[in-house]
Amino acid sequence: MASEEMEQLVRKEYKQGFVTDIESDTLPPGLDEDVIRHISQRKKEPEWLLEWRLEAYRHWLTMKDPQGWAHLSYPKIDYQAVSYYSAPGAKNKDAPKSLDEVDPKLLETFDKLGIPLHERAALAGVAVDAVFDSVSVGTTFKAKLAEAGVIFCSISEAVQEHPELVRQYLGTVVPHTDNYYAALNSAVFTDGSFVFVPKGVTCPMELSTYFRINAANTGQFERTLIVCEEQAQVSYLEGCTAPMRDENQLHAAVVELVALDDAYIKYSTVQNWYPGDEEGKGGIYNFVTKRGDCRGDRAKISWTQVETGSAITWKYPSCILRGKDSVGEFYSVAVTNNYQQADTGTKMIHIGEGSRSTIISKGISAGRSNQSYRGLVKILPTAKNARNFTQCDSLLIGDQCGAHTFPYQEIGTASAQVEHEATTSKIGEDQLFYCMQRGISEEDSVNMIVNGFCKDVFKELPMEFAVEAEALLNVSLEGAVG
Amino acid sequence: MIEIKDLHARVEGTEILKGLNLSIQPGEVHAIMGPNGAGKSTLSAVLTGREGYEVTSGSVTFEGEDLLEMDVEERARAGLLLGFQYPVEIPGVKNVYLLKAALNAKRKEQGLDEIEAPAFMKLIREKLKFMKMDNSFMHRAVNEGFSGGEKKRNEILQMLILEPKLALLDEIDSGLDIDAMKTVADGVNSLRTAERSILMITHYQRLLDYIVPDVIHVLVDGRIVKTGDKSLAFELEKKGYDWLLEGAA
Ligand SMILES: Nc1ncnc2c1ncn2[C@@H]1O[C@H](COP(=O)(O)OP(=O)(O)OP(=O)(O)O)[C@@H](O)[C@H]1O
Ligand SMILES: [Mg+2]
Repeated sequence: MASEEMEQLVRKEYKQGFVTDIESDTLPPGLDEDVIRHISQRKKEPEWLLEWRLEAYRHWLTMKDPQGWAHLSYPKIDYQAVSYYSAPGAKNKDAPKSLDEVDPKLLETFDKLGIPLHERAALAGVAVDAVFDSVSVGTTFKAKLAEAGVIFCSISEAVQEHPELVRQYLGTVVPHTDNYYAALNSAVFTDGSFVFVPKGVTCPMELSTYFRINAANTGQFERTLIVCEEQAQVSYLEGCTAPMRDENQLHAAVVELVALDDAYIKYSTVQNWYPGDEEGKGGIYNFVTKRGDCRGDRAKISWTQVETGSAITWKYPSCILRGKDSVGEFYSVAVTNNYQQADTGTKMIHIGEGSRSTIISKGISAGRSNQSYRGLVKILPTAKNARNFTQCDSLLIGDQCGAHTFPYQEIGTASAQVEHEATTSKIGEDQLFYCMQRGISEEDSVNMIVNGFCKDVFKELPMEFAVEAEALLNVSLEGAVG
Repeated sequence: MIEIKDLHARVEGTEILKGLNLSIQPGEVHAIMGPNGAGKSTLSAVLTGREGYEVTSGSVTFEGEDLLEMDVEERARAGLLLGFQYPVEIPGVKNVYLLKAALNAKRKEQGLDEIEAPAFMKLIREKLKFMKMDNSFMHRAVNEGFSGGEKKRNEILQMLILEPKLALLDEIDSGLDIDAMKTVADGVNSLRTAERSILMITHYQRLLDYIVPDVIHVLVDGRIVKTGDKSLAFELEKKGYDWLLEGAA
């Protein structure tokens, strides 16, 4: 293990758990059509978007909270107790136009999180959009990207600057009728990122969005839309953290990806929302709908995720493989410790002929946590010669945690080829003893073995973030053994 | 180096070691022989502090310290290393990572800084060469897919890098072809110094042709029933253990 990772190990607590003391324009808790009108108005949205939101809201009212559907248990969420809009800065002040107008306290917050927003200091070759509570506070390297023809900005800004693009694609991958949280998100989404890579362009740098929930009792409902036209390519990474608070906070995001002919979107997530304390108090409820649409032939969408945070995770990044010979990939490491619960997995919907998908899921449960993998591979009759390979491994640390696997397959053509492998193992006492007999501490030994278990997924992450992901994993597993 | 006195130990309620005495001085090489199930591997497990092995009485002093009071990793860092009879595979963890972590854990204990990458690479290349192992072994996952002989060579490689004070070698010769046996023996012999001690467990006199021990013990039914010089191995080869079993009963 590298020395930086070793150092990370000795830091015990959730180190992103601080609160930024900053004035904010926060709506009182509660949700009705007026709240939605207020959000839309604050964001100076066009009429069609307000209508779009209201339609989603009205549909949401007719839907049932899916609580109890997944392998999760948590108290009923009171959606009227949540505040649906919080923006840093005083009321009635316009959003900052450039980084120089951003409150220094905010920049400091992101510095502390290791996400310097000043372009000078920014990670080499990575453009960053930062979302603080409900609002994007700044996007770096905009000019450089514009030169290449790439649009990378907050979705609010995109609504103002590129309304035709937003209108063309928004909700086409995840319609508001899709599920309860998608409907809620469509009604109240406040910010998120927008990426558009035009035909034939390979985005010249990694794009990254950093989400931060700060205000108390605030829900975060971001909406991300990424479109790659023909032969375009982009690699995008999102990172998430939140302060430590005793109450649970709600996060219900929607991410839509559209890949046209020969386009390639690589979407990586390092999710480290506050997971709650050792007794299971507090933490983020993370209900996310992520879906990619391989709309064109030979389009490719790849999801890579490292999930260590949140009290509850409900998340199934999926691919609709519509194009001929399109490719979907899902690489996931999910770690749960203490009282965390996760129900996660993926859906691969094969429609196009010769479409292929790969699913590699590594679940690590420690403490009293519970984790489920839920995966659907659906091959429609049109998807002749479609192929799927699924490998789904669970690692248990201790004997009070649980791992469950729910693979679903619907195969509509005899020419399809579907392989599924699944293993569940306890962290090997033999392996631990072997490492410790070489003088390596128990904690480092566990980390080493777990990191080894996750190698297949980590190698899919962009280089800059692989190390971060490993370190994060180590921190999440502190105290898991012994 | 190590002083074992009247050691009794149980595994799952059954007494396996029944009053074992053994003393090794710095620089000495001892061999333990004995029938299957006599308790040889149990002894190595007890000495290295493996969970599930309960010491009911007796004492073990390692370099003047009470070994039984120490944690598994403390014993290792203090210089007690075990070459496993069955080295375990650790998928996804590169050999070179394990070695580096282990070496740095030891250096930290000694108050030294972590080893610099170039120095480490030089060291590992040199030792790989000595063990006639290809450089690619560095980047392969620990023992994963290694042949039986390669696993054993890998154990000795770790010893060469971690430089224990007392090396316990449990059947390091099993599964080795003649050439590999020689390479492993060369590795072990290169560890021999005036300060370092070696305790090797083996079934075969042949290994002792290559690594000539100062003392041979026969372990039967949880006790050392006979101790002698290297000629004892020939006697055992000829007569087996029966004549000693009767004496022990
Ligand atoms: N975990 C265990 N549970 C139950 N019995 C055990 C366990 N470990 C060892 N034993 C028993 O203890 C006895 C001694 O075993 P040990 O492995 O020490 O023998 P050994 O002398 O190393 O034999 P071999 O030459 O075959 O390697 C055997 O009877 C074995 O079955
Ligand atoms: Mg044995």
